[in-house]
Amino acid sequence: MRFALFLGCNIPARVKQYELSSRAVFRKIGIDIIDIKEFNCCGYPLRNIDYKASVLSAARNMALAEKQGLNIVVLCMCGFGMFKEAEHRLKESNALKEEINAILAKEGLEYQGKTEVKHILTVLYHDVGLDVIKEKVVRKYKDIKIATHYGCHALRPSDVVMFDDPVNPELFDKLVEVTGAKSIYWQSRLDCCGAPLLGINDELSMDLTKKKIVNASESGADYLCDSCTYCHMQFDNVQQMIISSGHDGIHALPAILYTQLLGLSLGIDSKALGLANNRVDISKIEEFLSSI
Amino acid sequence: MFYSISLYLALAIFIIGLIYKVSTWFSLTISVESKKVSTRFLMALKGVIAAIFSGRILILLKVFFLDVIIQRKVMREDFLRWLAHILIYWSFMLLLVMHALDSLITSRIFPDYSPTINPFMFLRDLFGLFVIVGVCLVIYRRFILKAPRLKTNAMDHYAIILLAIIMLSGVFLEGAKIGSYSIYESMVEQYSGMEDAGEIKPLTAFWVENFGVVSPDVKGPFDQELLKKGREIHETSCVTCHSRPRWAFMGYSAARLVKGIAVALDRAGVHTFLWYIHFLACFIGLAYLPFSKFFHIFVTPVSILANSVMDRQVSEAANVETRQAVEFDACTHCGQCTARCSVAISYETFENANILPSEKIRSLRKVAAGKESGENFARILEGSSICTNCHRCTDVCPAGINLEDLWFSMRESMFKKDYPEFSLLSPLSYYRGLMRDTIPEEDYTKPLVRARNTITAGYDLIKDQTEVITIPAYDSEFQDKSLSFQASAFKDCFGCQTCTNVCPVVANYENPKETLGLLPHQIMYSLGLGLKDLALGSNMLWDCVTCYQCQEQCPQGVKVTEVLFELKNLAIQSVKAKAV
Repeated sequence: MRFALFLGCNIPARVKQYELSSRAVFRKIGIDIIDIKEFNCCGYPLRNIDYKASVLSAARNMALAEKQGLNIVVLCMCGFGMFKEAEHRLKESNALKEEINAILAKEGLEYQGKTEVKHILTVLYHDVGLDVIKEKVVRKYKDIKIATHYGCHALRPSDVVMFDDPVNPELFDKLVEVTGAKSIYWQSRLDCCGAPLLGINDELSMDLTKKKIVNASESGADYLCDSCTYCHMQFDNVQQMIISSGHDGIHALPAILYTQLLGLSLGIDSKALGLANNRVDISKIEEFLSSI
Repeated sequence: MFYSISLYLALAIFIIGLIYKVSTWFSLTISVESKKVSTRFLMALKGVIAAIFSGRILILLKVFFLDVIIQRKVMREDFLRWLAHILIYWSFMLLLVMHALDSLITSRIFPDYSPTINPFMFLRDLFGLFVIVGVCLVIYRRFILKAPRLKTNAMDHYAIILLAIIMLSGVFLEGAKIGSYSIYESMVEQYSGMEDAGEIKPLTAFWVENFGVVSPDVKGPFDQELLKKGREIHETSCVTCHSRPRWAFMGYSAARLVKGIAVALDRAGVHTFLWYIHFLACFIGLAYLPFSKFFHIFVTPVSILANSVMDRQVSEAANVETRQAVEFDACTHCGQCTARCSVAISYETFENANILPSEKIRSLRKVAAGKESGENFARILEGSSICTNCHRCTDVCPAGINLEDLWFSMRESMFKKDYPEFSLLSPLSYYRGLMRDTIPEEDYTKPLVRARNTITAGYDLIKDQTEVITIPAYDSEFQDKSLSFQASAFKDCFGCQTCTNVCPVVANYENPKETLGLLPHQIMYSLGLGLKDLALGSNMLWDCVTCYQCQEQCPQGVKVTEVLFELKNLAIQSVKAKAV
């Protein structure tokens, strides 16, 4: 199994642990990863200001992978959603596709729509399969409750992203449970983390984040688990900002990336998973693990 | 005489230019809280001394070797460019030391030095060849290979042309001298002490046969006896100071090339003419150096070294600002940043070259010098804001410039001016949100408010909540053409308000209408009624978290979130169109 790994802009600059842990998990599971140096912005942040620019960005990435005959695995859900949106719209509109391809042609690229774009959770669930992962798990979590956060842009709009059942998804919960952890039900599990508004309307953005953290805590979660760059920065960096600014005493709920959670149970060293990179300390999670 | 005057003149201009450029390092305004010139100068002095007399000197030495001498960053990114640059850089430096400054340096180290003997004669041509090959590679990369979005500006042309003139005039000057009979005559007069024409003839024959001299009357084929005699004279009088010109392989080739017209060229004094071109080109390069791309020879090492021991969090703010001013001059316009820029492709749709880091840095220098305003300023601000802060430009910059830091500082100082920037209302602002603590509170919110207010300024309808709105005539232009086919599904809305009921943003407020203007279902209604101003002027657009709950749950399949996305695009487009 081979994929071009799409990291996007934030992971190498600010969420290095997501890259580290993903690569470590891919290695352990036996997925070959190809890096395409020419990849650019996924296009997601540009959508508010210029739709065409965002589709062009996404299309260029897909054209680059297509040139090498590779499918793409995306770690971020916003990036994944953007790719799916671009793919969907380019299939729908020939005029747009021609316009985009005219620009790409200047550097010898063409988007044909042959490359498939998948989110890392989809790859693990569908391409690898729970059984295979289960076999590789060497340390199981015990008595740990995880609030699994789905993330909007992978789940919706469901007719475009086709990730899982948008109303009652279970893919992510099952992936969490394969490690022995319990994925709890919590009311706001499908709600927005608040990230799309950080920098635009911080108060609103942080309100949404706080609501989710409070709801997850109240539902008994020990940790929050996410699998998206933006969600993670929101639950980690921004939660840390909220805590240190002394915001009405919310109870800190550490957020762990799925690849870190899975990586530990696959027996990967916490250093190789970049656990120390998280702002809100998650080092104690190892106490929930059985020994090898 | 002319030579000395032009040399000293060039040197004087160079020194004045250097002083002027260095002074700008302490006066350019980059930081929001810019410091005084004198404070910056003293702080810089203190910082430099502190760095040199501390353990950091080891880091500086290591970085000097790896990044200034070897240039490993360039090698890692682009081997061809590295090869081209190293060939030019090392060879030109060696030519400068060995050839241009021979009377000051080479002749002191080697007392027997003469430009006409080996190894100097050969090495001069070898280094010259390396420079020429390097320049050819540069031309190949910039004009034939043409990496996407790599820009070549007037300064790049100047650098290439100047190097080419210096090198080619040098080669042809050497060629003209090798073939020149008059130079040969004057050498004979100066070094052999022979005056008798019969005595000189064998030597001339020997030099015409073996040294490329073209004599107007002494022509081969020569008698072996004559040549043998010539060799004897040569070995007693000339050999110690003159190697065979074949060793100067480029000059010799040039001489062979023009052999047929060498006598005419010599009579016309072409070698003198070429000599003027050669040294004048060098002097012009020297005089103009502080204002040209070649200034990087001095400044880039400074930037590389400063960045290796400085940290924005720890270093004095005044020194960070000075370092950033230095960085403007350290940029070589190599285009590596643009080649790796995450949003460079957006240049194709925004048609704003300021998005490209290699172009942006030039524009920002003008902004820092207070030289930009109006439409240009707005374009530079837009270009600076369309940036995902991915840090790739900084990672690959061979000049060691902390570009991301520079963009951040310049953006914030530009936000202080009264120009609205709309890309702030997109997730591109995420990084700014994370960096909030480093920005004074008022400076943080002002540009956000300004962007929103500028957009809504044109839509009066939304501000008056009491007025009974008259429904305008059906605006088919807007409804049918502005929105895409997909988004135009708002027509199917039957007003169930599910979108509003599931919206987490609406749910966050006690009185959402007050904050958001219109709620999602009201936006869909306004579109149905053609009330463009209401739809485009609503705060809801910019407070939408794009979670797609509304769209997912709409029983009529209205693409609510997509409509909001399109309205955002339209609102920005129309406010920009008005500004122009």
